Amino acid sequence: MAGKDLEKGLEAEGFEHDFESGLAVIPPDKIKDPGLEPHRVRMTDKVPSKAKNAEIQVAAMFLVSVLGSFFALWAYVAFPITEDLSTVRANNLFLGLGMTLSLFGIGIGAVHWAKTLMPDFEVTEARHQTRGSEDVRAAAVEIVKLADSESGFSRRKLIRRTLYGALALFPLPALIVFGDLGPPVGNTLRQTMWKAGTRLTKDPTGIPIKAADVTLGSVFHVIPEGLAEMHHHKLEEKAKAAVLLVRLPQEDLKEAPEKTSWSYDGIVAYSKICTHVGCPVALYEQQTHHLLCPCHQSTFDVTEHCKVVFGPASRPLPQLPISVDAEGYLIAQSDFLEPVGPSFWER
Amino acid sequence: MGNRFNRSRRNPLAATLVIAAGLLFSGGGYAVATNVVATTAATEYTAEQISEGRKLFLANCASCHGLNSEGTAAGPSLIGVGAASVDFQVGTGRMPGQGSGPQLPKKKVQFTDEQISLMGAYIASLAPGPAIPDQKYLEATGDATHGGELFRINCAMCHNAVGAAGALTEGKYAPNLDGVEAKHVYEAMLIGPQNMPVFNDANITPQDKNDIITYLAYIEENPSAGGFELGSLGPVAEGLFIWIFGLGLIVAITVWLGAKSN
Amino acid sequence: MTTTVETKKQGGALAATANYLDERVGVGGILKNFGRKVFPDHWSFMLGEVALYSFVILLISGTFLTFFYQPAMTEVIYDGAYVPLKGAQMSIAYASSLDISFEIRGGMLMRQAHHWSALLFVAAAGLHMLRVFFTGAFRKPREINWLVGFMLFILGMAAGFTGYSLPDDLLSGNGLRIIDGMIKGIPVIGTTTSSFLFGGEFPGTEIVARLYGLHILLVPALILIFIAIHLFMVIIHKHTHYSGPGRTDENVVGYPLMPVYVAKAGGFFFIVFGVVMAISATFTINPIWNYGPYDPSPVSAGTQPDWYIGWLDGALRLAPSNLDVSIFGYTYPFGVLIPLVGSLVFLGLVAVYPFVEAWVTGDKREHHVLDRPRNAPVRTAIGAAGVTFYGVLWAAASTDLIAVFFQMSLNHVLTVMQIMLIAGPVAAYMITKRTCLALQRKDREIVLHGRETGRIVRLPHGEYIEVHEPLDKFEMYKLVDFKDYRPTVVRPNKYGKITVGTRLRAALSRVYFEDRIAPVTQTELNEAQSHDHSPAVSAPAAQDQLTK
Repeated sequence: MAGKDLEKGLEAEGFEHDFESGLAVIPPDKIKDPGLEPHRVRMTDKVPSKAKNAEIQVAAMFLVSVLGSFFALWAYVAFPITEDLSTVRANNLFLGLGMTLSLFGIGIGAVHWAKTLMPDFEVTEARHQTRGSEDVRAAAVEIVKLADSESGFSRRKLIRRTLYGALALFPLPALIVFGDLGPPVGNTLRQTMWKAGTRLTKDPTGIPIKAADVTLGSVFHVIPEGLAEMHHHKLEEKAKAAVLLVRLPQEDLKEAPEKTSWSYDGIVAYSKICTHVGCPVALYEQQTHHLLCPCHQSTFDVTEHCKVVFGPASRPLPQLPISVDAEGYLIAQSDFLEPVGPSFWER
Repeated sequence: MGNRFNRSRRNPLAATLVIAAGLLFSGGGYAVATNVVATTAATEYTAEQISEGRKLFLANCASCHGLNSEGTAAGPSLIGVGAASVDFQVGTGRMPGQGSGPQLPKKKVQFTDEQISLMGAYIASLAPGPAIPDQKYLEATGDATHGGELFRINCAMCHNAVGAAGALTEGKYAPNLDGVEAKHVYEAMLIGPQNMPVFNDANITPQDKNDIITYLAYIEENPSAGGFELGSLGPVAEGLFIWIFGLGLIVAITVWLGAKSN
Repeated sequence: MTTTVETKKQGGALAATANYLDERVGVGGILKNFGRKVFPDHWSFMLGEVALYSFVILLISGTFLTFFYQPAMTEVIYDGAYVPLKGAQMSIAYASSLDISFEIRGGMLMRQAHHWSALLFVAAAGLHMLRVFFTGAFRKPREINWLVGFMLFILGMAAGFTGYSLPDDLLSGNGLRIIDGMIKGIPVIGTTTSSFLFGGEFPGTEIVARLYGLHILLVPALILIFIAIHLFMVIIHKHTHYSGPGRTDENVVGYPLMPVYVAKAGGFFFIVFGVVMAISATFTINPIWNYGPYDPSPVSAGTQPDWYIGWLDGALRLAPSNLDVSIFGYTYPFGVLIPLVGSLVFLGLVAVYPFVEAWVTGDKREHHVLDRPRNAPVRTAIGAAGVTFYGVLWAAASTDLIAVFFQMSLNHVLTVMQIMLIAGPVAAYMITKRTCLALQRKDREIVLHGRETGRIVRLPHGEYIEVHEPLDKFEMYKLVDFKDYRPTVVRPNKYGKITVGTRLRAALSRVYFEDRIAPVTQTELNEAQSHDHSPAVSAPAAQDQLTK
């Protein structure tokens, strides 16, 4: 049922089009609009001295702003910055407070002026229907029709279809030039810096770690030997090669038969890169033997090959097979046997 | 067989030397084999201190830790934990432990420094263990930059980048480090209390520990140059602040702005 | 023969300027058409302005920062004033951010103003969006403006994320690491996209400069374009207004642009700017010196993104464990994909809501009078459910902080939130709908019988009554002027078929309008008034005496 826009109906200026009102219920005996409320006179309009007071208040606010601006200018110079960082704090505070007053003064003053002194009579403005009137729409249609007949767009199928083809394809060269944004992924996700014989060293110093140093309850944050001295590509390698080293009593480790050779005397090394989305899984709980990632709380159980026991991670942390060299330093037996870090399509 | 051999065999010191060498190797080997942490300062305790400490132990600790510190169901063995553990646990009020829960909290210290020292003497006498650190490692005179780097790698993931506290699993937590004495910071790293890992001196050397203490001292003594820190808790605190106080204030102002004047 | 028009010079410099401009740009016409444009006065209409002004503050403070910040990832050794980083190796981006904070007067202030107003921008835009939703301001003809506004909200999040990653500190760097992990998990194109974004392996040496280009050029340009469209539409549609006496769908009631709104809105800009400056002068935000330079190995407890990205981080945390699925040798990490796709679906639902509601009601009239939320119970309930869903995800981003500060188990907090994610919106829907209907009933009672004054009066013949104060006609009109809808019936189309679409629409219309409280009609009002009026209290004078 077509509805009329309220009682004004078709008489409202410019509201000539009748729109569908859908499921709206329009009762015939709606309570009448009483029109705008009568104006309530403000004190500042009734009593001239109150208006004068308001004027003084507004002027005072603007003066506060002036003072604030001067204060800020002075503070910039009066609170210089030295090596002592408390001077930074002072400069920040006083310059900022000066600016605050300088801005607030104008704002509060302007709003107070509008509220107390500017006319507060409500004004009504007529709307016009957004939809164009019939003649406007007809004229628009005529123009389009004319453009079409003069260009022959609808008639000339060959032109039209080849145009569509050209417009569809021309952006593509503009996109393909982004092809060198990054190199092909290649094998980078499957390889890390760890190789057979690479010593485990302390993060960040690169000092090698002896098996004897790793006492029960310890956790060492580990990087491969050579990483600490790198100048190029250092963080990219670290983002794959960071490792955690802990020692558990041998009897607590439930190792798969093929992985018993990966640990050394209860010392195990696992990738530090969370298999959820890549944060460093750095929290080690000594008594519970859990590794907790602080980003999304994925929890891994070191006694059981770092399987996921809580949180959104989906695969256990990869284990780095380790051993010791002749001098007692911990070394890797090989690279990780699976990609480290988050799961990806080609995994 | 020349005179040389005859002379050494007849040398009364030879036996002593051989025994000393044997002790050195076996003692050092023992230390390596059982991974006893090298102590930073060898403290000598008198028999009287040890016996007074034992009395305090029996009165306050034995009910959970066993009459001979061998441990019971209620508390672990204290053999080998060293004076550092006693100084930390009792000195921060965590011990005597009360009640059950995921973690023993810090609470009011129940003993005087003297008493703590005595109990430490007793525990140290049971077996070698981590000792109370040397004062020189507790002064804030180390390298704060190196300390900060080590802190971020080894400590921040549990305690937060400036030691504001952090969550562990199942109701455990890594506490706020503000106001913690340098000695206790050192000892905690050394002994690995509760679920905190052990950071022995091979991992974080005494000088490294001093650097970390220096870093923490800087953080504690230098409030942020940007103003109030909102607990140094990061974007969560900042977001809450802007919604509650920032937008709250601004909405209050809009209500004033839109209201009719009197 | 030329005719010369003689004009007498009036006024001074102001008139001369106006004349100059009018002869070149036609300012006279602009002033005539827009100078007395009417804007309705309600505080809830200013929220969009807060967002707009925050954006202006961002532009101003951001421009300052561009003169000092350097978007390069080349490593340098820091030798500035911050002692715990002296001698440390860090990127130039991080070092220049430290210099802005510690070496340049006003640098710390501008950096903090920039970041605080970024938080405020998205918060105000979000609150504005909620206001528009709950008052139905997205209805015809404003559906497109809803989409424009939605895009502004998304762009605000993008601007914020690219911005806070620029200092290359540990906290934001871990955020980038998380984004990289999520991208790598996308099927088929994930690993290539990651390589494209970072210029190779993570973290690479390109990302900061690339985000910088996005942050200072592309995203602000898009935001400005969308703001222009957004405001242009407000001009052509004129602002909406709440129902009330004299307010209809054919007019707009308020105050003129000049001078009232120039003063109020202009003043409001200075007020918002002042609030931001006050906060920036006194509260630290994003203390990058505490976090240290980005390195893939360290991480801080309490690693959260800025608040407006929080809901996405929360979604990641709430996903269950071990959700990788391997099909034909390819891995689908559903632990990451479900939050990713779920978030996009949620955003999509927000974007299309106006169209869904328009389809259900079939109401094609223009709407310029706003709904009070209680008068659209199902829309308000849906909104409450959506807000609850978003809110639970947002709270889920701080599970570890909740656990530490309320001394709860991290694991319990998470499990409770997983449950609340599903149960919360359902409960919110049910409670909100019933509350709206109850409030509507209360409004009806007040219209029909007046306000309860709490005064008990004993009548001469012994009866006790409570005196009700009837509403005056202006107050009453506010409570009765709202749109009322009725559910539709399933009808066959012209081919005699009942389509799936028709069935769906009928079902939805039942959900929306089955429980409805109609506005009080004149007939009902007359009836109620004749009941309420007994001889002892009918006389207006007696009423007045009783209510004095």
